[in-house]
Amino acid sequence: MAVVFEKPKSLTDAPLHYCPGCTHGIVHRLVAEAIDDLGIEGKTIGVAPVGCAVMAYDYFACDMVEAAHGRAPAVATGLKRSLPENIIFTYQGDGDLASIGMAETVHAATRNENITIIFINNAIYGMTGGQMAPTSLPGQVTQTSPYGRDVATAGFPIKVCELLSALDGPAYIERVAVNNVKHVNQARKAIKKAFQNQIDGKGFSLIEVVSSCPTNWGMTPAKALQWVEEKMIPYYPLGVYRDKSTQKKED
Amino acid sequence: MAEKVLMKGNEAIAEAAIQAGCRHYFGYPITPQTELAAYMAKRMPKIGGVFLQAESEIAAINMVYGVAGTGKRVMTSSSSPGISLKQEGISYIAGADLPALIINVQRGGPGLGGIQPSQSDYFQATKGGGHGDYHLIVLAPASVQEMADLTVKGFDLSEKYRVPAMLLADGTMGQMMEPVELSEVTPEPHDKSWAVTGTMGKRKHNIINSLYLNPEKLEQKNYERYERYAQIEKNECMWEEFLMEDAQFCVVAFGIAARVSKNAVIAARKEGIKVGMIRPITLWPFPEKVLAKAAETCKAFLSVELSMGQMIEDVKLSIDCKRPVRLCNRTGGMIPSPDQVLDSIRQMAKEVE
Amino acid sequence: MTNQILIAGFGGQGVLFAGKYLAYKGLMENKQISWLPSYGPEMRGGTANCSVIISDDSIGSPIVSSPDILIAMNLPSYDKYEGAVVPGGKVFVDSTLIGRKAVREDISTFYIPATQMAADAGIPTLANMIILGKMMKETQAVSFEDLQSAMKKVVSAKRAELLDINIKALETGYNFAD
Repeated sequence: MAVVFEKPKSLTDAPLHYCPGCTHGIVHRLVAEAIDDLGIEGKTIGVAPVGCAVMAYDYFACDMVEAAHGRAPAVATGLKRSLPENIIFTYQGDGDLASIGMAETVHAATRNENITIIFINNAIYGMTGGQMAPTSLPGQVTQTSPYGRDVATAGFPIKVCELLSALDGPAYIERVAVNNVKHVNQARKAIKKAFQNQIDGKGFSLIEVVSSCPTNWGMTPAKALQWVEEKMIPYYPLGVYRDKSTQKKED
Repeated sequence: MAEKVLMKGNEAIAEAAIQAGCRHYFGYPITPQTELAAYMAKRMPKIGGVFLQAESEIAAINMVYGVAGTGKRVMTSSSSPGISLKQEGISYIAGADLPALIINVQRGGPGLGGIQPSQSDYFQATKGGGHGDYHLIVLAPASVQEMADLTVKGFDLSEKYRVPAMLLADGTMGQMMEPVELSEVTPEPHDKSWAVTGTMGKRKHNIINSLYLNPEKLEQKNYERYERYAQIEKNECMWEEFLMEDAQFCVVAFGIAARVSKNAVIAARKEGIKVGMIRPITLWPFPEKVLAKAAETCKAFLSVELSMGQMIEDVKLSIDCKRPVRLCNRTGGMIPSPDQVLDSIRQMAKEVE
Repeated sequence: MTNQILIAGFGGQGVLFAGKYLAYKGLMENKQISWLPSYGPEMRGGTANCSVIISDDSIGSPIVSSPDILIAMNLPSYDKYEGAVVPGGKVFVDSTLIGRKAVREDISTFYIPATQMAADAGIPTLANMIILGKMMKETQAVSFEDLQSAMKKVVSAKRAELLDINIKALETGYNFAD
């Protein structure tokens, strides 16, 4: 019988613990596919965050390190400086990367650290049960913004791609989504490129994946994907924010 | 034999680390340990090593965690307030059973405190510091030569037991110059099969981790770690005894306090007071047995510290409170003078029968 | 024998450097030595001092609080430390910058117009070494032989021209007759 669908080699057989309709599974697969396609599994080391993806170390078949909340870019820096020939990626959520770990993120970016960062923006803290994230939208109701995010007191959402592309350092920054087939295909390409850049020594590559969290948003999976299209993407426009990868060596 | 050179304690640590094969250093500027980072910044690029000034102490210790995960020798250094910031990462390194060396050139606290020498991070260093059930191996140098030697020792012990080690120095030790002899050391080989270096398609993936959601498993992990701690306590305790053979009174002091106390002990001996000194070199494990033994013959103990009295608790515990234990101290960056220690010894000898 | 030496002055007067040279000189004479600077903001312009201990025996506390040799290169240092000198101790003051005479009568005080002498000799930054030269003459802390070897340790090879003038400064101080 012809095999028409296979699990990427770079994923283990461990069953994912994510909620029904969560897009982490899709992004895990896209990362694993990129690693498979580039034939780098044997030399890849991943860094898992604190957040819903905390147990990503059980799912990726490559060597993995579990980092403290927000510290993945610093841990990845250590790994990369120790093993420059290996491929190092982090997989982080919005609270991890854009709140508690903002300093580590910005400084890894400005150093143009030759690592790959996969950033899941689902506008909420998932693992702790739906609190306001640095990327929660204005007016968004969460457990800690029960009357809706009030920008007068809670501030505005952080647009990570825009913020980081103000720096001279980073090589490649793109925002993608995984709410429909077309976007998934674009995301697949971007993630692969973010790994290819590292292989080519181009430097810091970050892919923000606008994602959904049906459980904590209190929506059906289908409704959540619709919310991504109607609310998230207008606030977080998709596209390439920085691409030095086509340029020659640093000027 | 290598030539004796004059070096600052901070520089001696840096050079000793390099001689011990450390090629990765991550730091953040803070007085009074900055010479160490500066030395690394100068030397590392010339020998193919990595010096990186991190964005914070928190980032620095997490970079250490990353390198430690790859099985290579790695070090960071700071002073008290910066060490507080590092505690999160230290707890993770301990929880993930990784070797690493952390240097604390202590200054006065709490808070921003001051920049003058202190020993008031004793509790933090020896009782945990970060969250959870763990210990650091804590080494307390009392000379520039020991700054170097214990750096090498720290790497060795840390790798041997997969327990992070801390060198607990102070501003005086960091800033002073003494003759020091350095020679390249060949690290003992230790099993590194746990390291993340890429599976190369040849083995199951390694995971560096401190998360165990199953409490039974976490409990078991902690028990396993404490079995190693028991081995360390059994095998690795270090101390120096000074004039203890016939001592009726015992001074206990480490680091700069021991240097000051040595003068006082000599002066007291000249006055006919039979006093000696035990200097813990490892603060964890604490040399409990030698103190317990001293309690059989000594009438009283004097803990000399640059703090409000922290080690004194371990002295009391070690001797099961069988003898009076007194405190002679200064704090906030002040150092007891030999005369102050001598007075305390005299008083102890006069009042304790 | 043990000498407890305190060298004190303004930051920038070469107090730490003079101490470092002295320490190396002692080291090369196979003595036990320690050198401990004051550190912190005072390094950047305030008062600076360093403790140097040169001994035949192992050194306990590296902190000199009761010096038997004091070099005072400014008035605040002199005021602060004259009282701390042990009876019979020796004090060397830069009399260009310090107008007053000794209060203590139980110690020997030497007045060296080191800053003026340095200016006259065209080595204006080396008052520290001039006063050190005098100290080396009047005490037995270290010998006045083979000045070069220790100097090579404290003057970087890149600035070899400083070697000779530092030694000249030491000699100027050594030969100064008060």
